[in-house]
Amino acid sequence: MHTGRSLSSIRYLLGLCFYLMLSVRIGLAQGPQAVPSTLAPDSTPAHEIQSLSHFVLLITGAIFVVVAGLLVYIVIKFRAREPDAQHEPPQVYGSLQVELAWTVIPVLIVVVLFLTTARIIFAIQDAPKPKSALDVTVIGHQFWWEFRYPKFGIVTANELHVPVSPESDPKPTYLQLLSADVDHSFWVPQLGGKTDLIPNHPNQMWIDPHHTGLYLGQCAQFCGVEHAKMLLRVYVDTPGQFAAWVKNQEQPGVRDAAVASGRHVFETQACVNCHTIAGTIAKGTFGPDLTHLMSRATIAAGAAANTPDNLRAWIKDPNAFKPGSLMPAMQLNDEEVNELVAYLSTLH
Amino acid sequence: MADQALPISGSLAATPSRGAALLEWLHAWVVTVDHKKLGILYVVYALFFLLIGGAEAIIIRIQLAVPNAHFVSPEVYNEMFTMHGTTMVFLVGMPMLFGFANYLVPLMIGARDMAFPRLNAFSFWMTAFGGLLLYFSFVGGFGLYGMGSAPDVGWWAYAPLTAKAFSPGHNTDYWALALIVSGFGTLGTAINIIATIISMRCRGMTLFRMPLFAWLMLVVSGLTLVTITPLTAAQIMLLIDRYLGGHFFDTQAGGSAVVWMHFFWIFGHPEVYVLVLPAFAIANEVIPVFSRKAIFGYPAMVSASVGIAFVSMAVWAHHMFTVGMTSVGNAFFVLSTMMVGIPTGIKIFNWLATMWGGKIRFATPMLFCTAFVLQFLAAGLTGIMLSVAPWDWQLHNSYFVIAHFHYVLVGAIVFCIFSAIYYWYPKVTGRMLSEKLGKWHFWLFFIGFHVTFDTMHFVGLLGMPRSIYTYEADRGWNTLNMIVSIGGIIQAVAVLLFVWNLVDSYLHGAEAGNDPWDAWTLEWSTPSPPPPYNFAIDPVVRSRRPLWDIKHPNDPDWKYER
Repeated sequence: MHTGRSLSSIRYLLGLCFYLMLSVRIGLAQGPQAVPSTLAPDSTPAHEIQSLSHFVLLITGAIFVVVAGLLVYIVIKFRAREPDAQHEPPQVYGSLQVELAWTVIPVLIVVVLFLTTARIIFAIQDAPKPKSALDVTVIGHQFWWEFRYPKFGIVTANELHVPVSPESDPKPTYLQLLSADVDHSFWVPQLGGKTDLIPNHPNQMWIDPHHTGLYLGQCAQFCGVEHAKMLLRVYVDTPGQFAAWVKNQEQPGVRDAAVASGRHVFETQACVNCHTIAGTIAKGTFGPDLTHLMSRATIAAGAAANTPDNLRAWIKDPNAFKPGSLMPAMQLNDEEVNELVAYLSTLH
Repeated sequence: MADQALPISGSLAATPSRGAALLEWLHAWVVTVDHKKLGILYVVYALFFLLIGGAEAIIIRIQLAVPNAHFVSPEVYNEMFTMHGTTMVFLVGMPMLFGFANYLVPLMIGARDMAFPRLNAFSFWMTAFGGLLLYFSFVGGFGLYGMGSAPDVGWWAYAPLTAKAFSPGHNTDYWALALIVSGFGTLGTAINIIATIISMRCRGMTLFRMPLFAWLMLVVSGLTLVTITPLTAAQIMLLIDRYLGGHFFDTQAGGSAVVWMHFFWIFGHPEVYVLVLPAFAIANEVIPVFSRKAIFGYPAMVSASVGIAFVSMAVWAHHMFTVGMTSVGNAFFVLSTMMVGIPTGIKIFNWLATMWGGKIRFATPMLFCTAFVLQFLAAGLTGIMLSVAPWDWQLHNSYFVIAHFHYVLVGAIVFCIFSAIYYWYPKVTGRMLSEKLGKWHFWLFFIGFHVTFDTMHFVGLLGMPRSIYTYEADRGWNTLNMIVSIGGIIQAVAVLLFVWNLVDSYLHGAEAGNDPWDAWTLEWSTPSPPPPYNFAIDPVVRSRRPLWDIKHPNDPDWKYER
């Protein structure tokens, strides 16, 4: 038994060390990581949360060490030994002084924790929006993300582009969070906490990524059968990259005479009911906007890389990647699919 | 226990055939209004569903052991975690704890039965049929993907995913109806326990001489009345939405998804205390007996329990820090949630003080209770971390939360349930459970628990959200998930050992006698198993530990208690 108890506290200490090690190891490497870790913050809200978490961890860790240590001590010290098993130990019924002591001390700890927490809540949630901020409207769908940039008139999907926001020249992005169907939640751990997308209940959050690169996240509120494949990619661009991206996104869909047959397939099939390609008759809004499909690295909300082969497989049977996806199999023959993919591949 | 069955008319003359005897035995269990038999039915029912819910957990863990697994389809996975959660809370946790209350409360307060024996039987059968109704969905539920669809909307069933538009078919209806049915059973039992404790105590047993177990069950039952009611109301509103054109939660017609969350968590958070307070009740009996000391600070324990119950009704929106409440609203629920830590801390300190200076015997019940104290301490502290709203914005709906609440539900509650079964099994069956198997069970379960749930915290910190049927291979979660799954298998082995112990000891266990643990509450003064009437003579008590007074006539409790 003693070994059991001491093992547990060693285990906890090891856990604590592991946590701090992770913090340090991932924290030292700056910028985006392959692991979407909460321990590698790279945005003001995420940083503030992490400092707060270290403070809370210190206090709760100390409480654990003291109380668990006491338990281990008791287990070792007061374990019954066989010889004197006949006699009952002295009976103690309680002590008001002791009860008061272990009531008042926790009260004080709670006051400290609460005040520290409240400060960060207000600092993040009620931060004034600077003039330089970029506005993006995020709309959750089963099972993909729609991003709208009201200032630029851009509509895109699943891959959010935002400008980098160095501490010297902040350019935060303010997200207006909406939902077209059920509840979703926007979570990119390195950039901040999550906020839900709830129909009829617009929410806001903000991020200001300090480094350029690709940040990963995904939907964090169960939204139906393909919740797991509602992945989220945030590209943080340099000002130049971002301006170029915006300029490209503002163009209508490419019209390439070489793929006119593919375009014909697209425009004469049910595709147009759900998808938009600016400059064509396709004005559907149920599925992702495809005007600049080739500017995205993935299809199906991050479920597969955006390659002609994957596109072909996806159009033939979306269930192959995402069983339960709301896009139906289009029942096209191979020739039509090839023409269609050739057309889609020109939409840069 | 077949010998206690009522005789069937016409069977007086000859010895009944085997078949007739079996029928008589079954009939006796079905029509019984005896609180002890109903208590056993509750516990057996809960153990049955514990195995089913555990099997669902294993399916979940096999699927998540490696990235991009195809062990089950996303549809089946979503059914599994929905049913796992619903089963463990409604068909395992509550029936198990009400089973203990049913069996033990009348014995502990010196009564011959519950206040309303027929209501008691009615409540059990409502609960039982609620569970069967829920599981019938696997056969009869018509869902989005055809026949045989179990509910797949999560055990929290957030609107508007439950609306007709997103959950066509009947599987969501099975979920709502089954919980309404079992909810009425739960309400009946809660009323019954309150009435029994208020009005059936034996002579001399004032409220402040009741065993803490009875006190905690009184508090739990009061809390149950307050919590199950909004859940039932919300389920009915959901059914009105689905079938009668209501728009409570129908966001497409101007309803509110957030209102459902409030209803659900006004039920859901106190529900945690409905489950954990009975676990405390068990620890309050086991820890003193095996430490050989009276509970330290009885009045403080009572007030802390009542305090927890009240505070727990004002913390629900800490499940909703990410839904976009105002900063002031968030701050309020941070404070109220942290305040729960104070009475909870008092309890932990009192258990430690009870053990302090004792002569602790580490029989299996005490092993489980000691581990419970350690794990509940850790669970409370991760709870404090989650109450820190900004940190919760990161941790909410991640595997950190899953780890936290399994620390409460398994590390605290299931450990206490096992403790209770090892402790009271001799009273119920007249036979001891095997200590050797018990120790194997404890250590395997303890190790498996920590391998699984300690690791899960880190997966959450690394950004893995809950409710996902699979994950990408490049996210850095692979190894940790494999470890979590291995721990799950170890726990499953431990539980199977336990089931074997239950069966084998029932047939071959050592005779227990009336009072195998040298305990102090009234149930140990009866034969094991107790006769249908419990006490031949109504007991009279003068202190909180009537059997201590009898065993130590020179040093009775009533001289010292205040």
